[in-house]
Amino acid sequence: MRGFLRSGEPFIWLAGSALALCLVMIGGLVVVVVVNGLGFFWPSDLERLELADGQVLLARTVDRQEIPGQPGAFRVQAKVGNRDLYGLDFRWIDEAAIARRERPAAAAVFERLEWGDAHGYLRRVERAGVTLGQGGRAWEALHRARTETAALQERIEALEAGELGAVNAEIEALRLERRRLEMSGAPAEALAEVDGRRDHLWERYEELAAELAGLRDRSERYVAFLQIDGGAERPLKVAHVVRAYRPNDMGPAAKTGLYAEKVWEFLAGEPRESNTEGGIFPALFGTVMMVLLMTLAVVPFGVLAALYLREYARQGLLVRAVRIAVNNLAGVPSIVFGMFGLGFFVYGVGGTIDRIFYPESLPTPTFGTGGILWASLTLALLTLPVVIVATEEALASVPMGLREGSLALGSTKLQMIWRVLLPSALPGILTGVILATARGAGEVAPLMITGVVKLAPDLPLDGIFPFLHLERKFMHLGFHIYDVGFQSPNVEAARPMVYTTTFLLLVVVLILNLTAIVVRGRLRKRYAMTAF
Amino acid sequence: MPRIPEIPETATVAIDSPVVTVRDLSLHYGSTQALFDVGLDVPERQVTALIGPSGCGKSTLLRCLNRLNDLIDGVTISGRVTLQGDDIYHPAYDVIELRRRVGMVFQKSNPFPKSIYENVAYGLRIAGETDRRVLDEAVEGGLRSAALWDEVKDRLQESAIDLSGGQQQRLCIARALAVSPSVVLMDEPCSALDPTATSRVEETIAELKERYTIVIVTHNMQQASRVSDYTAFFYLGRLVEMDHTERVFTNPRLRQTEDYVSGRFG
Repeated sequence: MRGFLRSGEPFIWLAGSALALCLVMIGGLVVVVVVNGLGFFWPSDLERLELADGQVLLARTVDRQEIPGQPGAFRVQAKVGNRDLYGLDFRWIDEAAIARRERPAAAAVFERLEWGDAHGYLRRVERAGVTLGQGGRAWEALHRARTETAALQERIEALEAGELGAVNAEIEALRLERRRLEMSGAPAEALAEVDGRRDHLWERYEELAAELAGLRDRSERYVAFLQIDGGAERPLKVAHVVRAYRPNDMGPAAKTGLYAEKVWEFLAGEPRESNTEGGIFPALFGTVMMVLLMTLAVVPFGVLAALYLREYARQGLLVRAVRIAVNNLAGVPSIVFGMFGLGFFVYGVGGTIDRIFYPESLPTPTFGTGGILWASLTLALLTLPVVIVATEEALASVPMGLREGSLALGSTKLQMIWRVLLPSALPGILTGVILATARGAGEVAPLMITGVVKLAPDLPLDGIFPFLHLERKFMHLGFHIYDVGFQSPNVEAARPMVYTTTFLLLVVVLILNLTAIVVRGRLRKRYAMTAF
Repeated sequence: MPRIPEIPETATVAIDSPVVTVRDLSLHYGSTQALFDVGLDVPERQVTALIGPSGCGKSTLLRCLNRLNDLIDGVTISGRVTLQGDDIYHPAYDVIELRRRVGMVFQKSNPFPKSIYENVAYGLRIAGETDRRVLDEAVEGGLRSAALWDEVKDRLQESAIDLSGGQQQRLCIARALAVSPSVVLMDEPCSALDPTATSRVEETIAELKERYTIVIVTHNMQQASRVSDYTAFFYLGRLVEMDHTERVFTNPRLRQTEDYVSGRFG
């Protein structure tokens, strides 16, 4: 036994099991998230369930578990869809209560813009009361109708985002101009001139709105009629159908194709149904852009501060105190930074900017409210200690000989820092940036009070001048998870979305980190340290 | 036990038209005195070796000649050092200018993490030289003087870090020479090199003295006798004896010097 203790084996075992435990937990996290998240998009089969009490449901079973207190008896969780009809998407059904289960090939899923999925059988498609196709030809008719409505929808969107949006922006600009003129006491003729231009724009606006209404009307003329088990035919506007398919009639290849399509919609689409359906592109975009803005703000700031601390300041009591303070800053709860960001950036800086540059739009704040700029700056402050500490370490590890070598050749201190020190310390600095990015991308609490919102369809970067809208509120994957998971009215429907979003957030953090690591690897090769 | 004189004596030889003169130089690191009233002349286009046991102040003196000690907090210096007649510790004297006139090679080779070309061109680049032709010439000249040109001429754009230890040290010599200094200081340039690399560097030094004034600090007395024309022996922060190398090693004037060069202490 003593020999065993002396051999050092126990400690190796202890250390090894600690590592193993870490790996198991990380692996478990990833597996749970991946399994729960990625299965969500799979178009599983629809089952027709005949219950003992005579009810008939078209449902997808998503879960099966033993009934508590009744060993051997099971119940299934079924997604029954048709929320407009049943009130709930999901139901628990005792297996004992199911009289018959079958998979009819004609059973179809209709993903809708509102009310979630509809499950039923397509009977016929009409346009303004005229039947386009029914029975066996209903699907063909639906396909043609959807092509039509999609084309109309495209025109509607183009009009809304393009000309109508531009007219709207101009009217708003004129309103502000009028306010400005009023505030500066301009003559009545000038105001009248602005009014004239505004009225002209209003006319244009009315025309466009009428055109839009016409297009909408045309697209809403297409109506599909669904037969829902145990009920009458129900109309469904084709323009509201996002996707329609018959899962029981699809082979694995078709299902895979549909799966890929749904994953793509998730990544690139806009959210629907209070974020529980559709895509999360705005959140993805907001997260990445916020992290990039944060990096842009924190890196120069942190590197300069570390340079001063390490290279210029006299290494005395004060510098040591500052260093301790910086390290402590890294341990401050992030919500505290959020409060600071709200008080200082949003109300302080933003409010001042509004009073000086945007007085005409007050009391509506422009910069004096949460926005991506303030959120990024708050996170930059939060990650500043990480960058400062890493940069200081990197600078300290550059051999004294390199500094002396440069200075002995007659360089100034600034030349030495710029040409020798910073390039040599760059890999270490990038390590700090990686850590800061990882921390920043995963942070949610301070964002909630400095600019993240549940739904922000306008991206902070778009085609409308000045293209970069730093004052806009934005969406964030971390907040999206919180919002969908805890604030959603439809919890069961939201659950897979939570996992999928979590998985995506992990992937985003991974990609951001990998990019930084690859860059660092390249730089290491270029700026490898002297051998001895 | 070696006999150490209580009162230090100093024996030096007269030198005509020295490039560098040091008079009454004392240096303190905080409250510790490292140099005591050192007086020394460095002859032009000769190799002067500074020898002595560890901690005797020879490296400190060398770093006084390009004011590299200025970088260390708490150093105070008194006395006078002139370079070609200019008082280099005068407040109005430009230290950047001084370091361009006095090149230095360090104990550990310290190539910058850049290409071979950029390492040698560094001194000129920081001085504001942008003309590619001037840079090319200076790089080639520096590398030729340091006897490195033939080995690296085909891979000037490769990283200097990939060179061998001896090549790196000669690169550092080339880098110092590329700015055409008047004096080259070498602080134990061979102490981290193997014998082959050492002899290459020593050959280089021998060639350089035709054009440059060289001051070399060395631990290795054989090296001092091989490469230098004059040798100065330091002990406990004082200059003990300076004379022609041959004389110092064969027939020194002071007993203490003889004890050291003959290996009785040190």
